[in-house]
Amino acid sequence: MPHTKQPAVLVLADGHVFYGQAFGKTGTTTGEICFNTGMTGYQEVFTDPSYTGQILIMNNVHIGNYGVKDSDVESNTVKIRGLIARNLEEQFSRIQANGDVDNYLKANNIVAIEGVDTRALVAHIRTKGAMNCIISSEITDVEQLKAELAKVPDMDGLELSSTVSTTEEYELGDAAAELKVAVLDLGVKKHILECLVQRGAHVRVHPAKTPLSRLKEFNPDGYFISNGPGDPAAMDYAITTVKDILEENKPVFGICLGHQLLALANNIPTFKMHHGHRGLNHPVKNIITGQCEITTQNHGFGVDPEAVRKHPDVEITHVNLNDESIEGIRLKHKPAFSVQYHPESTPGPHDSRYLFDNFVSMIREHKQ
Amino acid sequence: MPKDNSIKSVLIIGSGPIIIGQACEFDYSGSQAARSLREEGIKVILINSNPATIMTDPMMADKVYLLPLTVESIEQILQENQIDAVLPTMGGQTALNLSKEADELGIWEKYNVRMIGVDVAAIDTAEDREKFRQLMVKIGMAVAPSRVANSFLEGKEFAQEIGFPLVIRPSFTLGGTGGGFVHSKDDLDAALDRGLKASPIHEVLVEKAVLGWKEYELELLRDKNDNVVIICTVENLDPMGVHTGDSITVAPAMTLSDTAFQEMRNKAILMMRSLGNFAGGCNVQFAQNPETEELIAVEINPRVSRSSALASKATGYPIAKIAAKLAIGYSLDELKNQITMTTSAYFEPALDYVIVKMPRWNFDKFKGANDTLGLQMKSVGEVMAIGRSFTEAVQKACQSLENDAVGLGYYGKSLMKSDELMEYIKTPKWDRIFRIKDALMQGTTIKSIVQATGIDRWFIYQIQLICNMEKELATYSIDTIPADLLKDAKKNGFSDAQIAKILHGDCTDDQVYEKRKALGITRVYKMVDTCSAEFEAKTPYFYSTFEN
Ligand SMILES: Nc1ncnc2c1ncn2[C@@H]1O[C@H](COP(=O)(O)OP(=O)(O)O)[C@@H](O)[C@H]1O
Ligand SMILES: [Mg+2]
Repeated sequence: MPHTKQPAVLVLADGHVFYGQAFGKTGTTTGEICFNTGMTGYQEVFTDPSYTGQILIMNNVHIGNYGVKDSDVESNTVKIRGLIARNLEEQFSRIQANGDVDNYLKANNIVAIEGVDTRALVAHIRTKGAMNCIISSEITDVEQLKAELAKVPDMDGLELSSTVSTTEEYELGDAAAELKVAVLDLGVKKHILECLVQRGAHVRVHPAKTPLSRLKEFNPDGYFISNGPGDPAAMDYAITTVKDILEENKPVFGICLGHQLLALANNIPTFKMHHGHRGLNHPVKNIITGQCEITTQNHGFGVDPEAVRKHPDVEITHVNLNDESIEGIRLKHKPAFSVQYHPESTPGPHDSRYLFDNFVSMIREHKQ
Repeated sequence: MPKDNSIKSVLIIGSGPIIIGQACEFDYSGSQAARSLREEGIKVILINSNPATIMTDPMMADKVYLLPLTVESIEQILQENQIDAVLPTMGGQTALNLSKEADELGIWEKYNVRMIGVDVAAIDTAEDREKFRQLMVKIGMAVAPSRVANSFLEGKEFAQEIGFPLVIRPSFTLGGTGGGFVHSKDDLDAALDRGLKASPIHEVLVEKAVLGWKEYELELLRDKNDNVVIICTVENLDPMGVHTGDSITVAPAMTLSDTAFQEMRNKAILMMRSLGNFAGGCNVQFAQNPETEELIAVEINPRVSRSSALASKATGYPIAKIAAKLAIGYSLDELKNQITMTTSAYFEPALDYVIVKMPRWNFDKFKGANDTLGLQMKSVGEVMAIGRSFTEAVQKACQSLENDAVGLGYYGKSLMKSDELMEYIKTPKWDRIFRIKDALMQGTTIKSIVQATGIDRWFIYQIQLICNMEKELATYSIDTIPADLLKDAKKNGFSDAQIAKILHGDCTDDQVYEKRKALGITRVYKMVDTCSAEFEAKTPYFYSTFEN
C-alpha cells in the first residue's frame, strides 16, 4: 500500500516542492526536469542515452504495468537520472517480461518518486520552462535539498556526449556487406544501429571524439551522426568532425543531436528550448512529399528557424505542425540530410522509418 | 487543398430507433457532424425517425425531417431540397443500409447527389466475413482459422479440422442470431443444426474460438491524402469471447508494451489501407495471445462506429466532427486540434488519466433472457469514468451504474463460498467483476482468478489493491482512521458512502465527508485536454480526483 511506503520529496529550482512516495533506490538525485507524454515504451525511454542528465516525468499515470524486458532497451543501462510518476507498478502483466520496474530501477541505482500530482507538475514546467530539480527519499529537509540543488550545473552549455559514447570501436552487421556506414556515436540508440543493419549496412561505431582521419580508415560509403544528450553548441570537436565529413561529399544522415550538429557545421545556430519536445505523438509534415508522419521526439535544443530559412545552401524538408519548428533539413549541394525527431521510433509509431531507406538508397546511388 | 467548395448542402441520415448495440452514440456523432458542417457554411438537412434525439432539435440543422428511414422519405427530401451530398456514416448500420438501398435504386444519381465520407465497397468487404478473411490472408494478416460450411456434414468435417472450442456464425442473420460458442464435440450437432436453420441460405461460418486471448480496439482517422492517426487504443478487461460492447474496457491500453502496440498500430493501418481509399473514421479490433503476443485481426469497421463516441469522450478528440470535415475534403494537417485550438488536428492524443467504461445491463427487465455474455451484445447502456489511476476509475464507474454498488469495494456481499465463486466467475455474467472482488476478499489467489477468467493479472492485482485497502479501512472507525489512509482511499476511488459502510461502528457518508474536509482531503479538478498538459487547452472538460 502506498501510504505505508517511505515518503519522498521533489524540489524544483524555482522553490516549488512536491511530495510523494519513494520507489526504486532510496537516495538523492539531481538533474534537469523534463516530461514525456508517451503512453507506451517507458523502458526504451529510461535507457535512451539522450536522457543523460535528465530527471524524467512520465505523464502517463501507470508506469511499470508490463514490467521490463531485456530486448526493450536502447542501451545497456538506465540513462535517466531520476523518475517521477503518478503510479509506479510493482506487479506486471507481461508473461514475456524479465522482471518488474521497481527492482529494475533499484538494480540501476535510480531514485524515483511516485504519487506525485504529475499533471500539476507538468503544467508548471510547461509554463515556467525546464529547470533543475532534486528528488530525495533520504533527506526530507527542504532547505538542505535546496542547498544541494544549487550545486547542480545548468544544462545550457553542458557537453555530455563523451560520457555516454562508446569507448571502443565496434562493428555490427555483415562484414562482407557492400554498404559501409561509419557511425559517430554521441549516445546512439541501439535501434538506430539496428535500422541501419537491417537494411544491409555494415556499420562501425566510433567514440564521440574520433577524427575524420580514423573514420575514413573504415572506407565508409556514408556517415551517420547520432543522437545524444547535452548542448550541441558546446561540442566544438563534433562540429569540426561533421564539417570534415561534409568535405568528403559522401552521404550523411543525422538524427536529433546529429541534426543540430549538421546545422551548426553550416553556421546555423542552435538554442535551448523552453521545455522541449518529448513524446510519441508529434506531428511532422514532409514538405517535399506532402505526407504527414507521427513522430517520436526527445530534444531540449533546436535549430534556429530564421537562420535555416535564410541559408542559401540549406533546404527545409520537414516542419512541425504544432509550432512550425524545423524538423528536417538537407543540403542543396551535398548528399546530406538530417531530422530533429527519431525515425527509428523506439518507442513510437513507425511512420518515419522510410528515412533509413532513403539514406541507404542515397548511398547506393552515390556509389555508382 | 482545402475543402471542396462544390458541396453547399449535405443530407445527414440518423440511426432511427434506439436498439441494443446502436444507441445514443449515433445521436452524438450525427449532432457533431451537423455542427461541424454548418460551421463551414454548409446547409445541413437531417432525417431521423427518432424524435427523442438531440440531432433532431430544430437548432441542430437547417432543416429536420422526422420521417421513417425509407427510400420514399429520401426521395421526398431530395424533391423538396437542392442537396449536393449525403453523409451516411454518422447513423450506424441503419443509415448505411438505407444509403446503399437508395444507391442501388439509382436515387442518388437521379438527383445528382454524391455519397461522401464512405467507400461502399470497403463496407461490403468488411461486413462479409469470408471476403474479409480472404483479404486478410492476401495482405498477410492473421485471422482465426475458419471455413464456410453449407451442410451439416461439411460443418462437422470443418469442426474436426479446426478443433474445439469453436464459434458458429450463421450467414446473413441480423445481429448474430443463431450463432454461439461450441466448447466440445457433444454440443456440436445441436449448434450446427441451429446455425444452419437460422441462416436463410443454410450457411454457417465455422471459426476457431480464441477464448481467453486479450481483446483490443483501435480508433483511426484517415484523410484523403492517406494521412492516418490513431485516436485511441481501448483494452478490453474481459478477454475474447465477451463482445466489446459488453466488456469492461479501459483506455489507454494498460498491458501493452510499445513493441506489441506498434505492431498493432502498423497492422491496423495496413488493414485500413487494404480496404480502400475512404476518408473518415475506422475501427479495428484485434485479439492477442498473451502467451506469445501473436496478433490476429477480429474485425474492421471502415466508418464512425459505436465505439467512436467513447473514444471521443475518452480522449477529447471529436472524431465525428473531424470525420465530417474530412468528408468534405479537408486534410488533417489543415485542421486544428479542437481543444487547444493552436496545435494540429493531425496528432495522436496522449492521456494522463485512465478511462473505464462499464456496460449496464437490464436483465431484470428481460425475464427469461440468457444472462451469459458472449458473441452478441446485450447491454443497454454504459458508463464512462475518469480517474488518475485504474483503481479510482473502476470504482467511479461502479458508483455510476445506478444500481446498489457504491464502489467496487462494497456491494452487498455475496453469500457464495469461495469454491462456488470460482465456478461462478468462469462464466462471464454482468456481475463478474463484483464476484471477482468477493473471491479476492475471501483469499482466493490472483493466479486462480486469472486461470478461471482469462483476465490479465494486472487488472486482478489492481482489484486486489482495492480489497487490501477495504480490509485495512475495516480495522478503523470514523474516529480512529488515519489521515493518510483516508487520503489513499479517496485516491483509489472509495466514495464517502463506501468508506462509511466499511468502517466499523455507526458512520454516515456525511461524517466521512466532514472528517476529510477538516483534514483538507478535498477534490481537485483535472482536464481532459488531448495532450497530457503539454499545451494549454481552450475548450477542455473536467473530471474530479484526489491528489497529494
Ligand atoms: N474467433 C473468436 N473467438 C472468440 N471470441 C470471438 C471470436 N470472434 C469474435 N469473438 C468475440 O465476439 C465479439 C463480437 O465479434 P465481432 O466479430 O467483433 O462482431 P460484431 O460485428 O458483433 O462486433 C468480439 O468482440 C469477441 O469478443
Ligand atoms: Mg466487434
